[in-house]
Amino acid sequence: MLHQVGLNSAEELFDSIPRDLRLTRNLNTTPALSEIELLAGFEQLATRNPGARRVSFLGAGAYQHYIPTIVDHIISRSEFFTAYTPYQPEISQGTLQAIFEFQTLVCQLTGMEVANASMYDGSTALAEAVLMAERVTKRSKVIACGAIHPEYLEVITTYVQHAGIELLHAPIDSETGQTSGALDLLDDKTAALVVQSPNFFGCIEDVAALAEKAHAVGALLIVTVTEAMSLGLLRSPGACGADIVVAEGQSFGVPLSFGGPYVGLFATREKYARQIPGRLVGEAYDKEGRRGFVLTLATREQHIRREKATSNICTNEGLIALATTVYLETMGRRGLQEAAAQCAQKAAYTAKRISELEGFSIPFTGPRFNEFVVRAPVDAKQLLARLASESNITGGLPLSRYYPDRPNEFLVCATEINSRAQIDALIDGLASSGKT
Amino acid sequence: MKSDITKVTTHINANEALIFERSQPGRVGYRLPALDVDEQPISDIVPQKFLRDDDLEGVPEVSEVDVIRHFVRMSTWNYSIDQGMYPLGSCTMKYNSRLNEKVARIPGFAGLHPLSEAEDAQGALQVIYELQEDLAEITGLPGISLQPAAGAHGEMTGVMIIRAFIDARDGEGGSARRRTMLIPDSAHGTNPASAHLSGFSVKTIRSTVEGLTDLDHLRELCAGGDVAGLMLTNPNTLGLFERNIQEICRIVHDAGGLVYMDGANMNALVGIARPGDMGVDVIHLNLHKTFSTPHGGGGPGCGPCCCTKELEPFLPVPRIVKTGDQFKLDFKYPQSIGRVKAFLGNYGMMLRALAYIQTHGNDGLREATEAAVLNARYIAHGLTSDYEKPFQAPPMHEVVFTDKRQTRKGVHTLDIAKRLIDYGFHPMTIYFPLIVQGAMLIEPTESVGRQELDQFIDAMRAIAREAQEDPELVINAPHDTRIGRLDEAAAARKPVLRWKPKQVATTA
Repeated sequence: MLHQVGLNSAEELFDSIPRDLRLTRNLNTTPALSEIELLAGFEQLATRNPGARRVSFLGAGAYQHYIPTIVDHIISRSEFFTAYTPYQPEISQGTLQAIFEFQTLVCQLTGMEVANASMYDGSTALAEAVLMAERVTKRSKVIACGAIHPEYLEVITTYVQHAGIELLHAPIDSETGQTSGALDLLDDKTAALVVQSPNFFGCIEDVAALAEKAHAVGALLIVTVTEAMSLGLLRSPGACGADIVVAEGQSFGVPLSFGGPYVGLFATREKYARQIPGRLVGEAYDKEGRRGFVLTLATREQHIRREKATSNICTNEGLIALATTVYLETMGRRGLQEAAAQCAQKAAYTAKRISELEGFSIPFTGPRFNEFVVRAPVDAKQLLARLASESNITGGLPLSRYYPDRPNEFLVCATEINSRAQIDALIDGLASSGKT
Repeated sequence: MKSDITKVTTHINANEALIFERSQPGRVGYRLPALDVDEQPISDIVPQKFLRDDDLEGVPEVSEVDVIRHFVRMSTWNYSIDQGMYPLGSCTMKYNSRLNEKVARIPGFAGLHPLSEAEDAQGALQVIYELQEDLAEITGLPGISLQPAAGAHGEMTGVMIIRAFIDARDGEGGSARRRTMLIPDSAHGTNPASAHLSGFSVKTIRSTVEGLTDLDHLRELCAGGDVAGLMLTNPNTLGLFERNIQEICRIVHDAGGLVYMDGANMNALVGIARPGDMGVDVIHLNLHKTFSTPHGGGGPGCGPCCCTKELEPFLPVPRIVKTGDQFKLDFKYPQSIGRVKAFLGNYGMMLRALAYIQTHGNDGLREATEAAVLNARYIAHGLTSDYEKPFQAPPMHEVVFTDKRQTRKGVHTLDIAKRLIDYGFHPMTIYFPLIVQGAMLIEPTESVGRQELDQFIDAMRAIAREAQEDPELVINAPHDTRIGRLDEAAAARKPVLRWKPKQVATTA
C-alpha cells in the first residue's frame, strides 16, 4: 500500500510534521499484553476494591438497584453500542426510535412535555438547566435550595462562573430538613429557584409550594432528582408545577461503576423546546408516508449555531439512555411502582430500627423516600469504618465528607436490593460498633 | 393485497412499532422478591399530597419477550462498526474490542460506589492514576484530569483553565481583562460554543488556500491585543497537519495568550508526535475516538483534559494522586476552576481506554497511527481522479473531497452519501468542515483492511460514474433501505418529540 501511494516507508507518512517534533523513541507505556495477562491484571486490581463486595447502604446520588439481565444483553448488541450518533436516519432508526421512546418515558415520569436525548449526568444537566433559565427569563439571579447534592452545587458554580449569573443559597429548616419556608431571596430579578427532591438529606420537598412562590415573582422552578426511582412513587415534578426537571438516571438500570457513565435526564415545557440544550429526536415521514425518526431542531446546536448555541454539548450518553429505556420498559408501569414502593418500605423499616438503637436518632422530621440522615452517638466516619471492618457492611455516607460541622451524622439509603436480613445485620452492627 | 395477510410476527424487514403501541394492560416483564419487611400503608410513610396520583399512566406494560424482540428488531435497523467500515471524518469510528467491554464489567469495578472511601477503592483509583500517566506520556502534557464526560466538556474545562490562569496572572478586574478566543474557521462547532460558555468572545481566523491556519491573519488578530488564547485542532479538520504549529504557538504566546488544542484528531499523532512538544498548553482527548471506547449511538464519551505543569493548579478537583503506594483524592487546589461533573468522570470509559493502551502496547499504538494515516492516504490516492480534492497537501488520518464535479449534473454531497448506503457503507461526514463547499470528510481509521478500502473506493468511483450517466439514480438514493429520505424540514416545523396516546394527541 505504501508503494501504491508513492511512499517508501511508514516514516514518510508523517513528512508534514516537522522532523524535530517527531518522537524518536517509543512511548513510555507498557508493552502489549495478551488477553490472559490483561484480564489477570484488571482482576487483581478489582480485588483491591473491597467496597464493591460489601452489603451497602450507600446512596447520596448513586444507587444500587435491581438491573434486569436483559438490559446489559441489549446494550451489548453491536448494532447499538458500535453505532455513531444517528446522523443518517435511513440506517439509524434503531437508535433514533430508542431515543424517541426514551424522551417519551422521561416526559411520563417527570410529568413534563418535552425531554431531550440525554445529558452527561444529573449534575451537568442541572447546570445546563440553570443556564437555560437565564436564557428564558433574561434574569441573572439563581437561588439554590440548601439541600442540593453538594457535588451538584459545585458543578453549577463552575458552569455559571462566566455567565454573569449570581448564585444564592436558601437555608434549610434544621428541624424538617426541608427548604425553609421564608425564601426571602426570591424577587423579580430571580431567574430560577432550584430545588432537589428528595433532597440530599433524603427529605421530600414541598415542590408545589415552591413552584407557587417562584412563579409569583416570574421565576422558573427547576427541580432536580438524584434518586430517579422516587419518580415511581412520588408526585411528578411536572404535576407540582416545575418548569424544568433534570434527573440522574443511574437508578434505572445503570451499574454504579465508580461514578459513571451515568445519564442526565432533561425535561421541560413545550414552550421552551427551542431553548433546550442537546439533541432532540422527532417524528418524520418519508415520501411513501412511512413513519421514522430524525434528529431535529438542530438549529439550537453547536454544529450549526456555534457560539450562539444553547449548549456546547455534542456527545451525550446515548448507550446509557438506551439502558435506561430498556430498564423502564422491562420494569414497566407496575415494576416501577413496586420497586419504588419497596424502597420506601425498606427505608422506613431501617429508619425505625435505627431510631430504636440507644444513642441513635433521626434528626430530620421531613417525609422521606429511601434515604435519611442518622445522628450517631460517636463520630460517624469512625463508626462506619468500624462497621465495615467488623461487620463487612458499608453503612452509608459520613456527612462530614461535605459538612465538617456534622461529624456524627451519616446518610443511609435502603433499596429493593437490601433484604431484611441485611438491614437487621446493619442494625446489629451499628449497635455494637456504635458503643461509646 | 398484502393487507389481507396476518403475519404471526413482524418480519425484521418491516418497521417496528413503538413500545407504547404494543403495551397491554396487566402485562409484566419483571419479578421482585416479595417485600420482607413489615409493610405500612404507603401514606403513613409519605403524605398523600406527595404521592403520584396518575398511576404512571402511559408507561408501557409489556413482557420480557416483548422487550427483547422490540429492541432486537430495532437493532437490525442500525448500521454499526461491526457490520463494516464507518468512515465518518473527525469521529474516529474504530473497532471496539470486546475485551475492553469485559474489563469494564468486572464486578469489582462495575459494582463500586463512587463515594466509597479511598481505602475501599484502591484498585479503581490505581486505574485512574495509570491512565493519567499514560495519557500524559502520549500528549507530553503532565497535568491531567479525567473528570470531563466528553470532548466538548473537556474543551470547556480547558478554556476555563485558560480563563483562570490568565485571571490569576493579570488580575481579574479592570476593563483590560482579555476576552478574545481565536478559533479557525474550520473548527468544530463545539469550540466556539465552549469558548462562549467560558466567557470568551470568539474571533475567527481564516484558513489559507492550502488549508492551513493563515499566519498573517493570526498575527494581525494578535496585534489587536486582548487575545486570551487560540483553540486549534491539529491535524485540522481538513486532515492536514498544521506544520507551522511551533510558529503559531510562538505568536499566541508572544501576544500573552495560551494555546488550546482540540484533540479530536489525535488518532493521527499517538506515538508519532506529542502536542506538549509543539508548544500546546492544554488539550482534551476523546477516549471514545482515539482510545476506542464505543460511541454507543451518541455516547457516552470521556474527554480528559491534559495541560502543562504551569496550568496544573487550575485543573478540576478532586485530583487523583499517589502518596507512597496509596492512591487518594486531593481537593486542595485553591486555584482550581472547580468541579465539572459529579463524582470522578465516566469511569467505565477509563477502564476501556486503559485496556486499549495495554493491549496495543507502545509499539502497537504507533502502528495503529501509521495504519490510520496510510489508510486515509490510500483513499485520497484512490479517489483523486473522480472527486475534487480541494487541498493538495497529503492528508493525515482523514481526507476531504467535494462534490464540485458532480454538482454539474445536479448531484450533491448528500446524494452521494445516501447512495453510499446502497453500496453497504455508512456515509462519510458531510458538509463539514463548513469552509469547504459540499465537503465529504473521510476517515477510515486503522480498523479496515485493504480489501475493504478497495471496496469503498470502488463504490465511490461507481457513484461518480452514476452521477455522470444516471444522476437521478443517485439523487433518489437510498433505494434499498427500509425507509426513504425523511422530511426533516417538516419534522422541525411541527416537532413531535414524544409519543402520546391517540385521544390526547388530537387535542394537543
